[in-house]
Amino acid sequence: MIDIRAAITRAHHEEWARVVAALTKRFGDLDIAEEAAAEAFATAVERWPADGLPPNPGAWLTTTANRKAIDRIRRESKRDDKHKEAQTLWDDPAVPSVPVGVIDDERLRLIFTCCHPALAMPTRVALTLRMVGGLTVPEIARAFLVQETAMGQRITRAKAKIKATRIPYRVPSADDLPARVSGVLAVLFLIFNEGYLATGPDTDPLRPDLTAEAIRLTRLIRALLPTDGEVAGLLALMLLTEARRTARVSASGDLVPLDEQDRGSWDAELIAEGHRLVRERLAAAAAGVTPGRYQILAAINAVHTSARDMRDTDWSQVLALYDQLVRLDPSPVIALNRAIALAELDGPDVALAAVDRLDHRLAGYHAYHATRADLLRRLGRSQESRAAYGKAIDLAGNTAETAYLTRRRDQLR
Amino acid sequence: MIHDRGDDATSEEHAAIDVFNDRLQAEGHWVFAGGLGVPDNATVIDNRGEGAVITDGPFLESKEFVIGFWIIEAPELDVALKLAADGSKACNRKVEVRPFLEA
Repeated sequence: MIDIRAAITRAHHEEWARVVAALTKRFGDLDIAEEAAAEAFATAVERWPADGLPPNPGAWLTTTANRKAIDRIRRESKRDDKHKEAQTLWDDPAVPSVPVGVIDDERLRLIFTCCHPALAMPTRVALTLRMVGGLTVPEIARAFLVQETAMGQRITRAKAKIKATRIPYRVPSADDLPARVSGVLAVLFLIFNEGYLATGPDTDPLRPDLTAEAIRLTRLIRALLPTDGEVAGLLALMLLTEARRTARVSASGDLVPLDEQDRGSWDAELIAEGHRLVRERLAAAAAGVTPGRYQILAAINAVHTSARDMRDTDWSQVLALYDQLVRLDPSPVIALNRAIALAELDGPDVALAAVDRLDHRLAGYHAYHATRADLLRRLGRSQESRAAYGKAIDLAGNTAETAYLTRRRDQLR
Repeated sequence: MIHDRGDDATSEEHAAIDVFNDRLQAEGHWVFAGGLGVPDNATVIDNRGEGAVITDGPFLESKEFVIGFWIIEAPELDVALKLAADGSKACNRKVEVRPFLEA
């Protein structure tokens, strides 16, 4: 019985996206595909415990879902003959697609459709979690602290827009591919970050369900686009961050900063996998391929996860990587993180001067004030530090971070 | 085509729009296009009640308004968006893309 339940969960993880993608391709309609896939899995939950596991669960699910979809279309075509239009909507053969070197997996089409730039970011996130990740609407609503009905409407509206505006169901052409892949990665990174530093006063500080889902989906993209450097970079970044998850929050629910983390509790297997990916990208960079931001961020995390402790960390390497990142992305948030590395190399006074130059652009960002507070504390400027901690606490959205900042402020004399 | 500034189209913009229109026709996307008069010259009629009520001016006062349009044929949104991007460059204005309702 437990085996069957585990088999259903595994089938759901492995087959959901494949079933939805295959049905979307066949029927040209995301709504039909989603509903039929959900019905097929519900049927599996009902039947498999009694009938036993089918020899090929994926094939069973696809066949069952196909039958459900045809039933629905038959039912609807009695009322409405328009369904035939849907079948010709997408995948116009006149439009070139599927560049060389890209596996034409149905799931890849599904991902690109869900992450289309004509959809708003929160919509892309919700649609990707539903259609590709197989999360239910209530699960997604809970993950983003949105009312279930509102989340349901968001997904319904998205499906309607995809249909009405003919957002294509295919892999973009070679010209568009890099930009579109980076759009997909932005969605996955957002899901990961919400799990890594969850926001909201009543939320757990860490949401391992979300980080795990983001990693699972990124692994899928990595399998589908094995030569893309940024995909490898993002996966490495997630793995190296996830490896430190349990060390990042103390038993009392405080965020534990890097220098106080028990490095022995980091997940060695995830770190090894992340480092392998980073080495792969370093080899590509040595061969002349310019790394993108995820690869650089992954490399920074590889430096941290290679060090025995804070002092052992190769800070000049970290700073060099941040310099590379600043050239690629001159945003003040990157400059703020660079300043943190600068403090370790050139001292807190130099870093504080760099941070203060960012003032006008980051005044509403909690990490800006938290960084200033820490640098002021190290410089012995307690009064100013206390005020900066206060601002950071007011702006921080993560419960563990608020607890940590409060503790640090109260330690000041 | 969305107008969001004070001045009229320049001769360079007119020339660029002509080039873009020629391309739409050559590539088979062209259906129809036209420029619209400014909202100052708009008149709104509401004949849902007893008799037609005529109001001087646009139904919505806004700094941004539709100043022209293209009706194009495109097999899917990606093609339409690419054309709209080139159209925006040509007319030097924002362009909103909307599908026609399926008949």
